[in-house]
Amino acid sequence: MDHFLSPLAHALSALLQPLLLLTVAPLLVAWIRRVKARLQNRRGASLLQPYRDLRKLFAKEAVVARTASPLFRVAPYLVFAATLVAAGALPLLSLRLPSAAVADAIAVIGLLGLARFLLVLAGLDAGTPFGGMGSSREMLVSTFAEPALLLVVFTLAMTAHSTNLASMAQTTLHAGLVLRPSYLFALAALLLVAIAECGRIPVDNPATHLELTMIHEGMLLEYSGRHLALMEWAAQLKLALFAVLIVDLFLPWGIAAGFAPGALARAALALALKLGALGALLAVAETALAKMRLFRVPGFLNLAFMLALLGLLSHVILEAAT
Amino acid sequence: MNTGALALALAGAAVVAALASAASGLLATRWPRTLSWLAFPLLALCGATALAAGLLALAGDTTTTAILPLGLPWLPWHVRLDPLSGVFLLILGAVLVPVAIYGPGYTRAFRNGRDSLAALGVFTGLFVTGMLGVVLAADAFLFMVAWELMSLASYFLVTFQHEVAEHRRAAFLYLLMAHVAGLAILLAFGVLAASGGSFAFAAMRSHPPDALWASVAFALALLGFGTKAGLLPLHLWLPEAHPAAPSHISALMSAVMLKVAVYGFMRVVFELLGPPQWGWGVTLVLVGATTAVVGVLFALQQTDLKRLLAYSSVENLGIVFLALGLALIFLGSGHPALAALALVAALYQSLNHALLKGLLFLGAGAVLHGAHERNLERLGGLQRRMPRTGLFFLIGCMGMAALPPLNGFVSEWLTFQAALQAWQLGSGLLRILVPVAAAALALTAALGAAAFVRAYGSAFLGRARTRHVRRAHEVGVGMRLAQALLVAACAAAALLPTTLVGLFATATRQLTGAGLDQAGSRGWLWLTPIAPDVASYAPIPILLVLALLGASLVWALRPSRQVPVRRADPWDCGFAPPTPRMQYSAAGFAQPIRRVFAMVYALDEDTDAAAATHRLLVRDRLWGWLYAPLGVALDRLAELARRAQTGHVRRYLSWSLITLLVLLWIIS
Repeated sequence: MDHFLSPLAHALSALLQPLLLLTVAPLLVAWIRRVKARLQNRRGASLLQPYRDLRKLFAKEAVVARTASPLFRVAPYLVFAATLVAAGALPLLSLRLPSAAVADAIAVIGLLGLARFLLVLAGLDAGTPFGGMGSSREMLVSTFAEPALLLVVFTLAMTAHSTNLASMAQTTLHAGLVLRPSYLFALAALLLVAIAECGRIPVDNPATHLELTMIHEGMLLEYSGRHLALMEWAAQLKLALFAVLIVDLFLPWGIAAGFAPGALARAALALALKLGALGALLAVAETALAKMRLFRVPGFLNLAFMLALLGLLSHVILEAAT
Repeated sequence: MNTGALALALAGAAVVAALASAASGLLATRWPRTLSWLAFPLLALCGATALAAGLLALAGDTTTTAILPLGLPWLPWHVRLDPLSGVFLLILGAVLVPVAIYGPGYTRAFRNGRDSLAALGVFTGLFVTGMLGVVLAADAFLFMVAWELMSLASYFLVTFQHEVAEHRRAAFLYLLMAHVAGLAILLAFGVLAASGGSFAFAAMRSHPPDALWASVAFALALLGFGTKAGLLPLHLWLPEAHPAAPSHISALMSAVMLKVAVYGFMRVVFELLGPPQWGWGVTLVLVGATTAVVGVLFALQQTDLKRLLAYSSVENLGIVFLALGLALIFLGSGHPALAALALVAALYQSLNHALLKGLLFLGAGAVLHGAHERNLERLGGLQRRMPRTGLFFLIGCMGMAALPPLNGFVSEWLTFQAALQAWQLGSGLLRILVPVAAAALALTAALGAAAFVRAYGSAFLGRARTRHVRRAHEVGVGMRLAQALLVAACAAAALLPTTLVGLFATATRQLTGAGLDQAGSRGWLWLTPIAPDVASYAPIPILLVLALLGASLVWALRPSRQVPVRRADPWDCGFAPPTPRMQYSAAGFAQPIRRVFAMVYALDEDTDAAAATHRLLVRDRLWGWLYAPLGVALDRLAELARRAQTGHVRRYLSWSLITLLVLLWIIS
């Protein structure tokens, strides 16, 4: 029975896990906004507000700058698709994920890089100063964030002897609660990188309306309608993706090993709790911290890079025998 | 006729075609058009036969040698075609065919100029002959002859537009460095020949020098081939010389000649030097990582499109040598299978860089041809004026930025996978060094993405910054076809990694005795270089899902009524509409990174607020630290030597006498 169902179940697993993440991504953003609002003594919008925003944007007409090339109109679709493909390689509820073998952790980072490459070009396309400003700053951030992220993955890959995300989660799961110094460094680095990559405070302010301080929003300034909806949704998906990446790499407990319904339900509950906790953590951090000046950002990311490097070195020096 | 002999015969035919192309170049003095319909077609033939020879040698896994009745009386020329030569013949052929198709359209503009088309034709043919000769040579004598032919012919190609003083200066620097490199290589062969007893590679291979002399030969080979490959600190000639040549020659120099240097280095170090020492690997990893990071940092600051590409070549060769260093480390510590992985990564990176840099230099040539401009600060908006070239250039930039599912990512991924196997090494020092090198590589990749976003974004996106660029036109069919061919080759390298890794593994089996047996163990779709459960990558599904998702999104989100998308002015904050001069400039785009990495650059910058001008010059610190002092020291030496040069016959006669006496004393 299991043998007969297996290919179908695998295909469904590869198809449904990213779609599930895509569906809950706006909810995570709404949750963060809600917690932030409560911390600021506001009531906050409904948890469904991001979905309503997306629906509104999808219904609106798309206006394109006169100066833009065809790339401007292609970019949103490709940015969205690349982010979704990257999300497809992350185990969400079940570790049996065939698409994890299509793109390993390095390829996931590469796909996020592809999305960023196109996003940055789209920012430059209209030929406005704000778009260029956002693009230039985004490349500054990614110059430091991407290597740090790769180093985090390397640290864990050296322990797991694999760059397959499902195998890496499995290794952490099997090892049980072992306190590895390299993991602590890597986790700290990954948290910093995730903040920078997702454009959150203190690196970038997703709620800013001032063009001169924008990074991510600056690149989206010319977008409207369905194009903007795709870009926004891709950004929300990226935030959820990083949250799941943290969960998969460092806190995979609760994830199902197969497709048993009970285990899947437990995994869903565990994931919801973990993502909720991470989101709340981010909201607290964003409330407590102020946005940094742009040229403080490299220092922030250097810290992430150094932490990741320390993690890698402490693995090599302290844990290599294990 | 067996496969090997056929492959060697094809390679011979390629050499003959290149020589014929050189000879037919002479006709261009009288009839300039012969360049287009004789010299370039012969080059294309040469490229196609070289490609076929390389593929045959790799697929057949054959090694064929022959002795030519040429050369010195006691040393006839030995030639040999084995899988390692095959890889580089493949690279040469894959770039030469598009370049030959591109050439006629590009050189048409030179017909009415002052520059000698005959020189272009003759030296291009000789240049290709030299490169083929290096790859096929099996003795040091033929190798050096071909090497010098390659260097000298390319010198004349760099000085092609010799009326520009800058080009003459670049060419002189190139000639100087090429000679230093040639000398070092000659000395390395001298060390090898002393222990081998003969200049033939076969003799050197069977009697490698002892460990000390092997290290001396390694240092000389690194100096010689590293200079040619543009490794730090000997890279400064490269960003001067490569952009000075006509663009299709720049493509050949960056894409192929640098790889010939890699070939020479691999031939000497992995085959002729005897058992490798891990110290060599450490040296290579350090030099390669530094070269890669510094190269890409400078690429990021260039405003000349061709100089940017040349600095990016420095970066990529750094990555190749880093991977070679990993291979030496693994080989020296007894892991031939991992060494094979690192070698495959190096070869794959060489192929990718050849295809991508060929594509980008041809694209830069098309920009130069269509817009008469190569300064990023004056370009802009070309995507709308030159849509095909723009698309090809974008693909090249994405490949260079190592983004999946393009080909640049495959070799980067393989290098990372090799570095991640560092846990198998015994020595703690190496286990630390290799991950740090991987970190440097990760930094290089991120900076490379920034450099190519900037290159494509400044030249092709936004709005034209000058009037003549606004009137740019798309290039002719031949030049577009050449770029399309290279894009197709890049697609093959991106989507069929298992096939290519299988081909390259025949070369690593020859060098390390180990191949990558697991690479295709889950079928041709999946690249699993070490084992399926360690790492796997499948580019075709990624591309398919991306395309399907994108297409279905476009379909699902299409507006209910078929109306053209509304166009509007870009956002202007409610003030006057932005002008092209208000766009982010290329220098401005790179300013944050310039500020963060300020210690690497020698910056010469000043702003005149009254005149609203800003001047910025980014130079290499090495000029001041190494090259200028060396030049001054040489001048002083020359001054000392000049004292002997008095003009009196008596003085000269006494010098001769002294020399004679010293010689007699030595002999006795």
